Amino acid sequence: MEANFLGINVVKFWTYFILAGGIFAFMFLMGAVMSWSERKQSAVLQDRIGANRASIPLPFGKKLAMWGFINNLADAIKCLIKEDFKPGVYDKLMYNLAIFFAFVPAVLAVAVVPFAGVLKPAEFFNVSYLKWIPYLPEYFAKNLPNFSFRLQVADLNVGLLFIFAVGGVSVFGAILAGWSSNNKFSMMGALRSASQMISYEVSMGLSLVGIIFIFQTVNIWDLVQAQSELAWGWLPKWGIFVQPLAFFIFLAAAVAENKRVPFDLPEAESEIISGYFTEYSAFKMLLFMFAEFIEIVFVAIMIATFFFGGYTVPYLLADGFYFPGGSYVHLSHATVVILQVLSFQVKVFFFAWFLQQMRWSLPRFRYDQLMQLGWRILLPLAIVNLIITIIIVALGGL
Amino acid sequence: MEYVDRKKRGLTIQVYYREIFRGVWITTKHFFRNLWKWLTFRKGGVVILYPEETRPDMSPNNRGRHVLVQRSNGQPRCVACKMCATICPALCITIEAEESEDPNIQRRPRVFEIDVSHCIFCGFCVEACPVDAIRMLPQTNELVGYNRFRMIYDKEKLLTWHPTVSDDVVYGYNPKA
Repeated sequence: MEANFLGINVVKFWTYFILAGGIFAFMFLMGAVMSWSERKQSAVLQDRIGANRASIPLPFGKKLAMWGFINNLADAIKCLIKEDFKPGVYDKLMYNLAIFFAFVPAVLAVAVVPFAGVLKPAEFFNVSYLKWIPYLPEYFAKNLPNFSFRLQVADLNVGLLFIFAVGGVSVFGAILAGWSSNNKFSMMGALRSASQMISYEVSMGLSLVGIIFIFQTVNIWDLVQAQSELAWGWLPKWGIFVQPLAFFIFLAAAVAENKRVPFDLPEAESEIISGYFTEYSAFKMLLFMFAEFIEIVFVAIMIATFFFGGYTVPYLLADGFYFPGGSYVHLSHATVVILQVLSFQVKVFFFAWFLQQMRWSLPRFRYDQLMQLGWRILLPLAIVNLIITIIIVALGGL
Repeated sequence: MEYVDRKKRGLTIQVYYREIFRGVWITTKHFFRNLWKWLTFRKGGVVILYPEETRPDMSPNNRGRHVLVQRSNGQPRCVACKMCATICPALCITIEAEESEDPNIQRRPRVFEIDVSHCIFCGFCVEACPVDAIRMLPQTNELVGYNRFRMIYDKEKLLTWHPTVSDDVVYGYNPKA
C-alpha cells in the first residue's frame, strides 16, 4: 500500500484504471451487442431470419457469419470508407461537438454505478479455482493482505444527482446537432427531441424522489446496499417492491429520454427524415446510432440499479446465502463477488432485451399524445406517488 | 348532433401500460418460440433463404417458365402457326417460320424467342397453342439475367430448359409445430 508515485497511490491508481477501463469496455461491447440484437432480435420476433449474409470466407468453403455479427463489422467498415458528407454552410465546432454531447453522458454516468460489492483481492485470489492465475495470488497475499475496494469507479455522495446532471447534458447533443447543421428539418427534429427530453426528465426525476425518501440517500452505493435488506424477513427491499408505481413511470420516462419507440418522434427513422442528425453521414451518423444503443444499456443499468437491487442477489450477504427459513449456505468471497457481477449483468441484459422488445412491438405515439402522456398522466402520477411515499415515510412505515 | 360514437377511454387504456404489455407479450411469445427453434437447430422463421432453398410447395397450376415441347427426334412440336405470338398481350413472342424437312410437317420455327422480361405470365400462349407445343412449368426461380438481352430466351434454351429443384426440402411454416 506504500507504493507512491508523485503522491498517487500506485495500486489504487491501477485498480481504478482497470475498473474504469472495464466499465468502458462493457458499455461499448454492450453497444455493439445492442446494434446486433436490434437486427437479430427483431428478426426472430417477427418470424424472420435476419442478418446472416455478411461473412468472412474461411478455408474449405466455410463462411464465418457469426449469426449476423459480421454485418456490424461490415457496417462499421462501410461507414468508415463512405464520404463524410457535410452541409454547405454549418457551424463546424458545434456540428462536431454535438456527437460528443450525445455520446459521452451515457458512458460517463455509469461511473457512479456499482457493479459488484467489495472486492478483497487477497481473499479473492485465494480460492481453489483461481489459484492457477500466475503471480497475482501470491502478490496480493504477501503485499496487500488488507487491501479492499468497491467495484465502482467513483463513489460519489451525490451519485443519483450526478446521473441526472450528466444525463441532462445529452439534450444538448440533440439541440446542437439540429441547430448547427443549418437545416430546417434538423432544426425541427432538434426542437422535437428537446421538448420531449425536457418534458420527460421531470417525471423521470420525480419518480426517483420517492426512492430517495425511502432509502434516505442519493449515494448509489448506499442505495444498492439498502435495497439488499429484507422487509418482513423475506422480501428484498428492491425499488420495484417499495415503489411499484415509480418503476412504471420511470420506465416510460426513461424510454422517452432515450428517444426510442414508442417515443421516437425526434427521429422517426423512415417517416420523418432522421430528425436532428439528418445532416450527419458516414461515421458520424454511426456514432449517433451507437450513442443511442449505449443509452439503452444505460437505461437498463439505471432500472436494474434503482429498482432491481443493482448487483445484489436476494439473501446473498458477504459470506453466503442467508435464506429466510434460517438455513445458511457458505460461499467463498470470490464466488460471492462473481455471483454479484453476474447478477448485475443478467439484470442489465434482461432490461436491455426488454427495451428492444418494446421497441419492436409498439407503434409510435402522436406528438400531442406524447406531450399529454408526459405532462398530464406521468407527471401527476409521479407527484401522487411522491405524496403517498412522503406520508408513509412520515408515519414511520418502511 | 353526434355522429361519431367514440368510446370514453378509461384510465387503464390512457396509461397504455396494459395494452403495451399485451403487445409485448405477443412478440415475446414469438421471440421465444423462434429462439427455441434456433437453439434446437431448426429454422425459426417463415421465410425461405432463397438461393439455397426453393419452395417445394409451388402450386402445380402456377404459371412459371415456358418450355417448348419436343418431338421424339428432339425437334420442337411447334408448327409456327404464330397463334401464341398473336394472342400474347405483352408481345413478347417472336416467331419466324421456315419449311420443315419432314414431308409430313409443313412448317417449323426457325426462330422462337420469348422475352421473359416482357412476359406477364398470363398463360394465353399455352391456351392458344393448337398442338400443345408450349407449356408453362410451375417453377419461376432462376428467371434472372444481368442485362435485358439475356432475358430473351431463344429456341435452344426453351427446348433444353429443364427445371432443377433444390434437394433441401423446406416444409411450409407451421407456427404450432
